[in-house]
Amino acid sequence: MSQDVVSQILKDYIYKTLTEKKRIDGRGLLEYRKIDIQTGFIEVAEGSARVKLGNTDVLAGVKMSIGEPFPDTPESGVMTTNAELIPMASPTFEAGPPDENSIELSRVVDRGLREGQVVDLSDLCIEPGEKVWVMFIDLHILDYDGNLFDASAMAAVAALASTKVPASQYELGDDYPLPIKNWPVMTTFAKIKDIIVLDPGLDEERVADARLSVYTDQDGHIRAMQKGLNGGFSYDEVKEIVRLSKEKGKEVRKILMDAVKGGE
Amino acid sequence: MSEEKPVVNRELVLPGEVVDTTGLRPGVGTYAENGVIYAALLGIKNISKNFVNVFPLKGRYIPRYGDKVIGIIIETGPNSWLVDINSPYPAPLHVNEVPWKVDFGDTPSYLKVGDTVLVKVEGVDEAKHVRVSMKEPGLRKLSGGNIIEIPASKVPRVIGKGGSMINLLKEYTGCRIFVGQNGRIWIDGDVDGIALAIRAIKMIDEEAQTLGLTDKIKAFLEKESKIRRK
Amino acid sequence: MGMKSDIKLIDENGLRIDGRKPDELRPIKIEAGVLKRADGSAYVEWGKNKILAAVYGPREAHPRHLQDSTKAIIQCRYNMAPFSVSDRKRPGPDRRSVEISKIISEAFESVIMTELFPRSSIDVFIEVLQANAGTRCAGITAAAVALADAGVPMKDLVVGVAAGKVDDTVVLDLGKEEDNYGQADVPMAIVPRTGDIVLLQMDGDMTEEELFKAMDMSMEAAKYIYELQKDALRRRYAVIAQEEKEEIESIEEGIE
Repeated sequence: MSQDVVSQILKDYIYKTLTEKKRIDGRGLLEYRKIDIQTGFIEVAEGSARVKLGNTDVLAGVKMSIGEPFPDTPESGVMTTNAELIPMASPTFEAGPPDENSIELSRVVDRGLREGQVVDLSDLCIEPGEKVWVMFIDLHILDYDGNLFDASAMAAVAALASTKVPASQYELGDDYPLPIKNWPVMTTFAKIKDIIVLDPGLDEERVADARLSVYTDQDGHIRAMQKGLNGGFSYDEVKEIVRLSKEKGKEVRKILMDAVKGGE
Repeated sequence: MSEEKPVVNRELVLPGEVVDTTGLRPGVGTYAENGVIYAALLGIKNISKNFVNVFPLKGRYIPRYGDKVIGIIIETGPNSWLVDINSPYPAPLHVNEVPWKVDFGDTPSYLKVGDTVLVKVEGVDEAKHVRVSMKEPGLRKLSGGNIIEIPASKVPRVIGKGGSMINLLKEYTGCRIFVGQNGRIWIDGDVDGIALAIRAIKMIDEEAQTLGLTDKIKAFLEKESKIRRK
Repeated sequence: MGMKSDIKLIDENGLRIDGRKPDELRPIKIEAGVLKRADGSAYVEWGKNKILAAVYGPREAHPRHLQDSTKAIIQCRYNMAPFSVSDRKRPGPDRRSVEISKIISEAFESVIMTELFPRSSIDVFIEVLQANAGTRCAGITAAAVALADAGVPMKDLVVGVAAGKVDDTVVLDLGKEEDNYGQADVPMAIVPRTGDIVLLQMDGDMTEEELFKAMDMSMEAAKYIYELQKDALRRRYAVIAQEEKEEIESIEEGIE
């Protein structure tokens, strides 16, 4: 990333606003920006979804083909998640091979999909040890206005939930919808000095001391977590965030499921 | 009203469109070829005296000598700072151009990376090397409040005729406001006042070419500040 | 070009595989100002192509050794999303996209007034979200709108359009099958006001006469695409236009 100097004035102003229980964009501390989900945006992909979280804009595409399983998991399909922070999305993103930010993003999203078992990978087995479905989830970041984590996680799940397995292309019968097992949702909180906010916007993210993302499923179980940035959280803060994640995750899950249903 | 021809003067034009064939002279945002004048950018056509101009609606700030701008320190060197002035050209601020006596290597004790300064463009050469200075009265380090950015081309609208718009903003929001020529605006006051000023300035930015804008903004501020008082 | 096949690309009525006439474009939709962070942006749907273009700058040129003390440099990056084609494309530049990026940068050199911004860079990003033949032309068309939306000084917009030859017939704007199984393709970028050709490629097999007929078709189609570009920009700034109209009416009615 190229240099991104945040003015002290902005840092101070954001904090001052937060101490009055307000945010610079007028939201409540624990309020998401507007979430807009559109599935089926890319017809040539097996599944796709475009998610706008405020002005953050992420396009996820799912491609499926047939390949060999890994030797240690002969009865499982192969799922790979990849994220591209393309320079179109922000003046601070640069062209080139994935940097640590895009690798962290793709790994955290992947962890939630895998541990949250959105898809049961054994459903993707065609012939044990020989032939399985190989699935790529590509996250294309189009506009970066804060909190890529939640937007990307939503886009990935929505894309998977709209995926049609291209069986007919390989003479394996009719195409069919990819079976979805669980609906994990990631909720990300940022800590600015001693105040915690949900779904940090760009400027909030730029001044945040610490970030915590929690993936929860529809049963309220925790499926993946990631703490980021230089600061830390107290144990009590973590407890509070986990509790809030379940509650906020439920709201997002409803939006997600409605969007996928509406897109069919 | 009719002598001012506001309608004719406020036509939206696009790059490559003909803006004059009657023998006017090419002004800003235009170019001439074979006696015809064309728009060189997306903007608002304006005829003033013998010139046809196209005023940009967007675009980067290009420094001019004498402009007062709001900058952010992005680097410190042993005898200068590098200042981002919201243009393609970061500008060095030399220790000789500040009102303090700074020892070699001691620059960060006076201005740190992330500090905001009000500076004047002291020189621009052909290759757009820019120098800035902090030596005039009023030029200083800014602290407190908030800073927002608008396209530099909209600055005259935020100030208004004879300062009418800026005075309106100050009056209704109770804020101190300074508008840099580079489109950065510093606003200081209470949180609600700043938030209201920002909303009003965003309205000005979006509707900068509207006639009767001052009245519209006044109505907005009046309504909103009543809500605030309740 | 030139994959052999038995697919009939022109039917007995002289219509093409998707029902178009030889000199007919696919449907084109253009929208300006679609992204928040970029200085200018545009979205183009051209048949099944879906293309996003964004412009940053003029901004400080990085790395510094690229800076030219007499003018801005134009750096275009044409990129295909991994899911934009039927078989997933590995992310990152390949030789094809590097070449396309280079010639698109050069195409814009002649219209952008680079001399106004020495030492800076004007960065143009073209992202192919879904590809269906003709992405470079759709990309150029989108990028020109994004440049104008960014307020970059330029002498004119630039239109990208292609024509070629299928089943021994000269046709405009080749579709996917025509691109795969046709006989020639001639992508162009045209400056509509002057008619200057600022990008020109050709591959396949054509007679001189066929080539010029194809180029004629593109020149003619460019005029129409140019109107779509301008229309998109006008719509983007429609609020202003609307306000203006109201002002005109109120002045005419004498209630100002």
